[in-house]
Amino acid sequence: MKLLRCLLLVLLLLPFAARAQDDPFAGFAGGYEDIRHAIEALALSGDKQAEPVISALQAGNLYLAADKTLWIKQGDAVLNARTGEAAATPPDGLKKVRLNNAVRRAIEAAMGSLTLFSADPATRASAAEAVFKSHDPAALPALTRALAKESDAGVRTAMEQARAAALLASPDSGEADRLAAVTVLRDRGDLEAQSQLDAVANGHQPPTVQKAAAAAVAAIARIQQMWMLAQGVFYGLSLGSVLLLAAAGLAITFGVMGVINMAHGEMVMLGAYTTFVVQQVLQSYAPSLFGASLFIAIPLSFIVSGAVGIVIERTLIRFLYGRPLETLLATWGLSLVLQQAVRSIFGANNREVSTPGFMSGAAQWGGVTITYNRLYIIVFAVIVVAALMAALRFTALGLQMRAVTQNRRMAAAMGIRTPWIDALTFGLGSGVAGLAGVALSQIDNVSPNLGQGYIIDSFMVVVFGGVGNLWGTVVSALTLGIANKFLEPLAGAVLAKILVLVLLILFIQRKPRGLFPLKGRAVEA
Amino acid sequence: MSMRLCLLAVLGGAILLSVLNLAVPPASALHVPTYAISLAGKYLSYALLAVAVDLVWGFGGILSLGHAAFFALGGYAMGMYLMRQIGTRGVYGNAILPDFMVFLNYKELPLTWYGFDNAGYAILMVLLVPGVLALIFGWLAFRSRVSGVYLSIITQALTYALLLAFFRNDMGFGGNNGLTDFKDMFGIPLQADATRCGLLIATAVFLSGALLLARYVVTSRFGKVLIAVRDTESRTRFLGYRPERYKLFVWVLSAVMAGIGGALYVPQVGIINPGEFSPANSIESVIWVAVGGRGTLVGAVLGAVLVNFGKTVFTGALPELWLFALGALFILVTLLLPGGIMGLIGRPARRPKNVTPAAEPAE
Repeated sequence: MKLLRCLLLVLLLLPFAARAQDDPFAGFAGGYEDIRHAIEALALSGDKQAEPVISALQAGNLYLAADKTLWIKQGDAVLNARTGEAAATPPDGLKKVRLNNAVRRAIEAAMGSLTLFSADPATRASAAEAVFKSHDPAALPALTRALAKESDAGVRTAMEQARAAALLASPDSGEADRLAAVTVLRDRGDLEAQSQLDAVANGHQPPTVQKAAAAAVAAIARIQQMWMLAQGVFYGLSLGSVLLLAAAGLAITFGVMGVINMAHGEMVMLGAYTTFVVQQVLQSYAPSLFGASLFIAIPLSFIVSGAVGIVIERTLIRFLYGRPLETLLATWGLSLVLQQAVRSIFGANNREVSTPGFMSGAAQWGGVTITYNRLYIIVFAVIVVAALMAALRFTALGLQMRAVTQNRRMAAAMGIRTPWIDALTFGLGSGVAGLAGVALSQIDNVSPNLGQGYIIDSFMVVVFGGVGNLWGTVVSALTLGIANKFLEPLAGAVLAKILVLVLLILFIQRKPRGLFPLKGRAVEA
Repeated sequence: MSMRLCLLAVLGGAILLSVLNLAVPPASALHVPTYAISLAGKYLSYALLAVAVDLVWGFGGILSLGHAAFFALGGYAMGMYLMRQIGTRGVYGNAILPDFMVFLNYKELPLTWYGFDNAGYAILMVLLVPGVLALIFGWLAFRSRVSGVYLSIITQALTYALLLAFFRNDMGFGGNNGLTDFKDMFGIPLQADATRCGLLIATAVFLSGALLLARYVVTSRFGKVLIAVRDTESRTRFLGYRPERYKLFVWVLSAVMAGIGGALYVPQVGIINPGEFSPANSIESVIWVAVGGRGTLVGAVLGAVLVNFGKTVFTGALPELWLFALGALFILVTLLLPGGIMGLIGRPARRPKNVTPAAEPAE
């Protein structure tokens, strides 16, 4: 009985085997049915001419000569389909090989598995990925052969995953194979694998396989959660670094001078507009430097915003010392004037600031998408804050600033010219705001209202972090950024922001001077 | 003296305008158009807010950058009453649900809207909502001695949070369109000239009442301590007073006043939307007080009316220059005119002075 069955199987398979061993090129001379089989055979043969012949057929460039030899027309040249060499003399009686829909389908299927044999590893990998997505059992034989030949480890993994997906989808693979396939998919661990496993867990499969698949789905969900967490941290860091850039200058001026500069947001806006102007000028006069526009804009916007800051301090704020609440009002008025001035000069519309090539695009790191502009802004924030800390720590100006922050009168008594320090501090804080403007021009609309959107958040950072301590600002900016991004999926963006504000208001009750208050014995500060 | 003059001007002006609107035929040169009545009513509502701000800033030394929040909350309470009054006359003709709720597919009235069809309940809410919010916020803030710029910043955060919250459609307060299309109030049609004049006079009466109450508070023994708290909080504390209690009382009183101002503002302007919560509005109300003269109640009224009149004229004639003018006002008043207009004219106003040099945290 068993023998009989084997025999029957051999008999059934014989025609296929025979055809595959036949010369596949011969089939193109026959009818549509023969052509279809010829395509399949050719695709499976691994012949190096398979890809050019089938794609020529698809493009309608495959010709049959009078002597039943196959030729590919390529522009003016005529190539021998079997060898790929150009013909010395053009063959006679060339007739186009005709196609019908069945043949076209066969061509498409063949091309799919043929790219698995492409010389380019990237093409092979994407072909494997395509098979993984379609998980079509028909691709199994091609995959098995491609796997046997594959040397690149990455492509190999992709192919194994594709094969596992196809195995699970195929009605006639064994239970052991299926279980192994589930393991492969679980190790892949992305959303696509999860959805395929989910289908397996709820599909017509042996119970053991179903159970394994369900377990794998749960495992992947856990992994995905970890990636979500990592992604949230990245977004949070990105938001935090933006807040940090915007708030660092504010924290310095508040620390040294005890005044809140309500026009700080406008200093950020001036930085962004400086970037815009730099790009416009470069575009007109030095297009070759356009790629470096941001590097030119960084020092310029520091200088522009810093200079405006010094002018403000000399003409306005120094007359209001000892009256912090009035300073608040006057600088608010100033911010209105600056906004309207920029609106009058540049118009109320958003201005286009282009992103240099190295900052566009994104990288995939496991389940985390890292957009380059956000990444560069994080790096930029780190550099700016490090520079600021170094300046406060190691320069004479920094020493004097810290002295004035701690005790103004004592510092003055020691011979520090406090008005001079005030002006420079204000200039430095405003200049840092200008740097923030360069960064923001890359991720936000450059409009006269740019500063307004960040000013309240920056205040929160300063209030949360405490005064006179840059580390406090760093910690508070990153905390607020990450808290915001983690509350967002739970509560929605707006509600998250409200929650953070409410939490902050409550936090201030416990620590009225922020996370890292300046130590002192004053009753009133 | 100047207080009497001010009350006379407010009440007399309101009555005079109403008479000129109702009794003088439209053809006459003396006729006052109805929109001017509403405009005057709007100014006086703002003046009520200014008196509220002056009470805490001028006498308590608390610079609130979020007082418009209380104003807007009072306004929303009134707006909700007016919405419920529309009844079946809305676009969708739903007897219970206001139009925007029908539009947003609400099936039933949210709990927050219950009772607002009752005028008494609505008036209670006008007083209670700002008052309770101020009580909680103030209790938390003053108890832990949050003061100075820190307090200003968190009041700004408060109004900003409310701004964001009221912009949300699912809060059930009309989202960014706010509440509008009011038909009548206490059964009287809102659009009628007589109603408009009545509202103007009512606003004038409430403003006068607020002025008298505020003067009573600041000239009482309580007010003397409050001013001492403003000038040197710690010394007052060392003398055995509890500054936080004085501040909290005046803070809540001020918030309720602002709420009443908002409730009078909404029927006269005909709309309330989340924009009223924007921090810029609160800061603007502070500049009214600064222009008029901080620490003088009359100055608050004067500043509010003058600045808003200027805004109406400016935004009509030279809209792009208004922000320049407003910004310059902020700068010039704080730099050159710390006593405001009241400091300029005659009587030396009781000018507040900040005794503590703020830039010395670690003395």
